[in-house]
Amino acid sequence: MGKLFAVVVTVITVVSTALFLMHTWWLPVDISAHGPAIDRQLSETMLSSGVLFVLSQLALAVFAWRYGDRHDGRPVKAFPGGATPMVVFAAVLVGAEILALTLVGAKVWAGIFQAPPDPNSLQIDVQAEQFAFYFRYPGPDGRFGATHPELINEANENYFGLDPARDTTARDDIVVPTLTIPVNRPIALTLRAKDVNHAFYVPELRIQQDFVPGLAIPLHFTATQTGKHEIVCTQLCGLGHYNMRAYIEVVSEAQFAQWLKDKAAQQ
Amino acid sequence: MTHPATAHHHAPPRGLLRTHVFSLDHKVIGKQYLDLALVAVCTGMLLSWLMRLHLAWPETPIPGLGKLAPTGAAGGVITPEYYLSLMTMHGTIMVFFVLTTAPFAGFGNYFLPIQVGAEDMAFPRINMMSFWVTLVAFLVLISAFFVGDGPPLSGWTAYAPLSAVGKDAGPGQGVGQTLWAVSITLFCVAQLLGALNFITTTLDLRTKGMSLARMPFSTWAWFITSVIGLIAFAVLMPACILLILDRVAGTSFFIPAGLVISDRLQPHAGGSPLLWQHLFWFFGHPEVYIAILPGFGIISHILPVFARKPLLGPRVMIACLVAIAFLSYTVWGHHMFLSGMNPFSATLFSVPTLVITIPATIVTLLWIGTIYGARLRFATPALFCLGFVSVFVSGGISGFFLAQPSIDTYLHGTYFVVGHFHFVMGVAAMFGIFAATYFWAPKMFGRLMNETLGKWHFWLTFIGVYCVFMPMHYLGLAGNVRRYSAFTDDYLKPLIPLHRFITIAALFTGAAQLIFLYNLVRTRLRGPKASDNPWEATTLEWSTTSPPPFDNFGGRPPTVYHGPNEYGTKGAAGDYVMQASPAPVGAA
Repeated sequence: MGKLFAVVVTVITVVSTALFLMHTWWLPVDISAHGPAIDRQLSETMLSSGVLFVLSQLALAVFAWRYGDRHDGRPVKAFPGGATPMVVFAAVLVGAEILALTLVGAKVWAGIFQAPPDPNSLQIDVQAEQFAFYFRYPGPDGRFGATHPELINEANENYFGLDPARDTTARDDIVVPTLTIPVNRPIALTLRAKDVNHAFYVPELRIQQDFVPGLAIPLHFTATQTGKHEIVCTQLCGLGHYNMRAYIEVVSEAQFAQWLKDKAAQQ
Repeated sequence: MTHPATAHHHAPPRGLLRTHVFSLDHKVIGKQYLDLALVAVCTGMLLSWLMRLHLAWPETPIPGLGKLAPTGAAGGVITPEYYLSLMTMHGTIMVFFVLTTAPFAGFGNYFLPIQVGAEDMAFPRINMMSFWVTLVAFLVLISAFFVGDGPPLSGWTAYAPLSAVGKDAGPGQGVGQTLWAVSITLFCVAQLLGALNFITTTLDLRTKGMSLARMPFSTWAWFITSVIGLIAFAVLMPACILLILDRVAGTSFFIPAGLVISDRLQPHAGGSPLLWQHLFWFFGHPEVYIAILPGFGIISHILPVFARKPLLGPRVMIACLVAIAFLSYTVWGHHMFLSGMNPFSATLFSVPTLVITIPATIVTLLWIGTIYGARLRFATPALFCLGFVSVFVSGGISGFFLAQPSIDTYLHGTYFVVGHFHFVMGVAAMFGIFAATYFWAPKMFGRLMNETLGKWHFWLTFIGVYCVFMPMHYLGLAGNVRRYSAFTDDYLKPLIPLHRFITIAALFTGAAQLIFLYNLVRTRLRGPKASDNPWEATTLEWSTTSPPPFDNFGGRPPTVYHGPNEYGTKGAAGDYVMQASPAPVGAA
């Protein structure tokens, strides 16, 4: 029975590890400026924790094989050195590992979430609601109009609760259901929720952030490749959660300028 | 600890009601908890089957379901909202009424008093009350299936404001969500009473010679778990009460101003959705350890019995359990890296989360080191112990990823997390429960469970859980979002075949549990009689009859002479010396 256990554990370990190593299912291509740092951090963690995973499972398998169903009549023997090597091993090796991951990881995290956005970022407001995202650009005047929750009206497509009648800055705001951005230009989003928690997740951008009602949450990134990708909600928001999505279109600077001009003209 | 008859002694009760229903006997109460957990786990597993079937084949009707849930699954096809209801109920039932109820309240109730040599719990009446309040909590939760809109859909974490604003937020968010919050409040009351009882019993009712250092590892784990529970449930309970007030009394603890839900401006202002998350996870992360620490204790208790040698580093083991308990209160923010709280605090919460892997690694190495040089006997409990170590390693490793905010940015909210916590607190804890059941069944029921069926159960389950939960890590790496009732996104569609594989594996693994169910029911009805100490173990529960008499030791409380770890030595009975044996411990 010990030998069977050893074989089964080994097969499970080898197959699981191989599927990780072969990238059979893996992260999609990265299109963000900060993504390579995250991917590197992930790979380093995969390597170091993978070694721990394989070693522990194999130790379990070897010992089960070697010390199972013994009929040799020999007495049991203690682990050489007792518990001390275990404590030292875990404290030193895992401790060093943790220290390394923390130091590198904190830098990656800080670079994304603690650094202020580039002052020349393109400012876009994002409103999440059950079960859609809407995006607002400030328009030619460069200023966002004020929002009034009591004016929010889906039927009139006033998703942000703007008051163009009285608020001149709101008149040229561009509100669209697709996030169109220029490539290689810093983007600064402000995330607001109309009703419940939602999240902004674009796997290709390596970015995920909750919307929290009552909070305006800043999020900034730079896309480095043009293309069209899905923005999906990852925070449970109700029955249509699975279907809550929008698209992000990364276009060239020239295309973006033209797009902005067309939209402004439609206001 | 012999008291005069008036102090603590109570006579065996008479009548069916007093012996089997409203019993004060900790053993009966322990079995009642285990029976409740058995009903709960069957319910929870059935719900997971429905979810998995729906995820793999969303359009295919499930036979018979249309009749059971005419609104949620008309014609047998599960609606998106009913899927979320099933998920919410699955999580709530499993976490509270299985993973907390069975390993802690169930086995703890039955064996903690016996292992310390006591006649009963310190407060038998409070103990009985704990169970009945837990049962009422369960019934209140289940009743959500039978109210108008059905069960809530906000997940077991019930994030506000989705959970706080009432029926505007969606189906099930009316009466169903209120029932959820009432149920969890009651559950907290029961757990608080239970934890007090466990702590008092451990500290005050130990028999002569049972010093703290001689307590079995399982007793230590239940004791430490009680301390965690006492603090954790004391936070969840007021949080749930505030949630109920937001829902029924018009308060705004968790609801900010200016929310427009279902085209209605909500009449609330001033609350904070993050407050709920902080309170919930201040409970929620320690809860993970409430589920798994009893498993640590059970494995440390059982493994030496079948290895026929002492557990490696007994004091280190207990120190690690204490360290984990302490650290469990410093890490809750890792559930909230992306919640919008200050990003500086993410770094702060990340460090203790990573540090907790040190005691967890030591514990695992101690188990593996215990097997080194052993004379392993492969009875079913031993197999589940080894399986526990394997799945705990697999689940623990993925914690390295999620503990780092920069990686969590990508993996948060994906199936990677689902795979992680199912392995580490679901499957590992279940393996602890299985090991405990096979190990202690002879003591509890006086009969041995069938070994052949037990081994089949182990192999099918062990391979099955890897087929179910390992692929979830791959899905997560590919960005597969969790809590989706269908995968309609372009980038998710190619992953559906892997979901189908998981579903088929889950159906088989679930079906394998019927072997366990059959074996358990059969053992309780008939089967070979067990001797007092069939596994040749040292602790006090094996010094009394199988099953033990009403007062555990027939009116003669045992005296303890040794620690629980005397295996691989030369004793009168063989290669072990029992705790209650006055004989000296010889050399091996």
